[in-house]
Amino acid sequence: MTQDWPLFEVFLRPKRGLNHVHVGSLHAADAQMALHHARDLYTRRNEGVSIWVVAAADITASSPDEKDPFFAPSGDKVYRHPTFYEIPDDVPHI
Amino acid sequence: MSTDDNPYESLADEHGEDHRWAFGTGFVDPLEGIDTSIPAGVDADALAAQCLALGDDALIYSHRLQQWVTRMPELEEETALANIALDLLGQARMLLARAGTIVGRSEDELAFFRAEHEFRNVRFVERLDRDFAELVGRLLIFATWRLALFEQLAGSADPVLAAIAAKGGKELTYHRDYAAQWVVRLGDGTDESKRRMQAGLEVIWPLVDELFAEVDRAEADVVLDTVFATAGLKRPDRAALAPVDRRTGRDGVHTEAMGYVLAELQSVARAHPEATW
Repeated sequence: MTQDWPLFEVFLRPKRGLNHVHVGSLHAADAQMALHHARDLYTRRNEGVSIWVVAAADITASSPDEKDPFFAPSGDKVYRHPTFYEIPDDVPHI
Repeated sequence: MSTDDNPYESLADEHGEDHRWAFGTGFVDPLEGIDTSIPAGVDADALAAQCLALGDDALIYSHRLQQWVTRMPELEEETALANIALDLLGQARMLLARAGTIVGRSEDELAFFRAEHEFRNVRFVERLDRDFAELVGRLLIFATWRLALFEQLAGSADPVLAAIAAKGGKELTYHRDYAAQWVVRLGDGTDESKRRMQAGLEVIWPLVDELFAEVDRAEADVVLDTVFATAGLKRPDRAALAPVDRRTGRDGVHTEAMGYVLAELQSVARAHPEATW
């Protein structure tokens, strides 16, 4: 192999879950093959009911260097947490 | 966000009743807990012969696929192939166990202590594929044929065989999908990949006729021709491998390759006949 296949990130939605969760990454020639590989690598033990794959190159990520300007300012603003509301018992998933 | 969002957390508790969700978790009999009595009106000998033939197909072919593990071009493909080989091994276990309930032998006895002429697999599954193109070509044809067969058997008068066929059909649909994707990629790829894909099909083709002695070919041909057309490949025009004295794999007459499979498959069990693992 003269050239490695590009990297894809894999997201699974578990049976009882609501969200797709990042579970790992893999190499594939294109998105369709990535989906096959994800099925074979990450759902062998009945983990998921839905798979997303995304080319790793298409993900724009925040950098660790920007951690403070990005996240520190929200650390001391308790009033942004909606802790003053009563949540009714029959409202799930909050 | 609930804790259920982690796909791996549900593994521990989701499978309570269904202990067959993965092989190797401690159960011995693949048909444990299933009513294996033969329904009235079913010819037990014919049923045993049918299960034996289909079980042998899966057992021998699974072994040939397993021999490719550690030789695949990419790690991801390796897992894919191991999954497929394991699916077929699972089918072999259930089918041999079903045959065994009728002829009074265990699945291990049937797999490890029969001689070559007692195996009833088609000759198509015996050969070791020389390259990856041949491997995916053979897998495409095998899965297409076996899927057609299992769709018929899902209506079998024997509820055990019908259930095995219904479960296996889902597995085979994926195997066919996986193989078709690669046949198209290689056929529609570079000059080199196209040449080798075509060459792989030419090698396999003489063994294809034998498959369709027991199931209608028209439906399978539509699938294969569609894949070949998409891949830009020619349907091979090769004479079928002749029977030997009118007998083929289903009659216990095999190709030279079969002895090598059995030697490797059976040697450990025969060297240590009482061993458990």
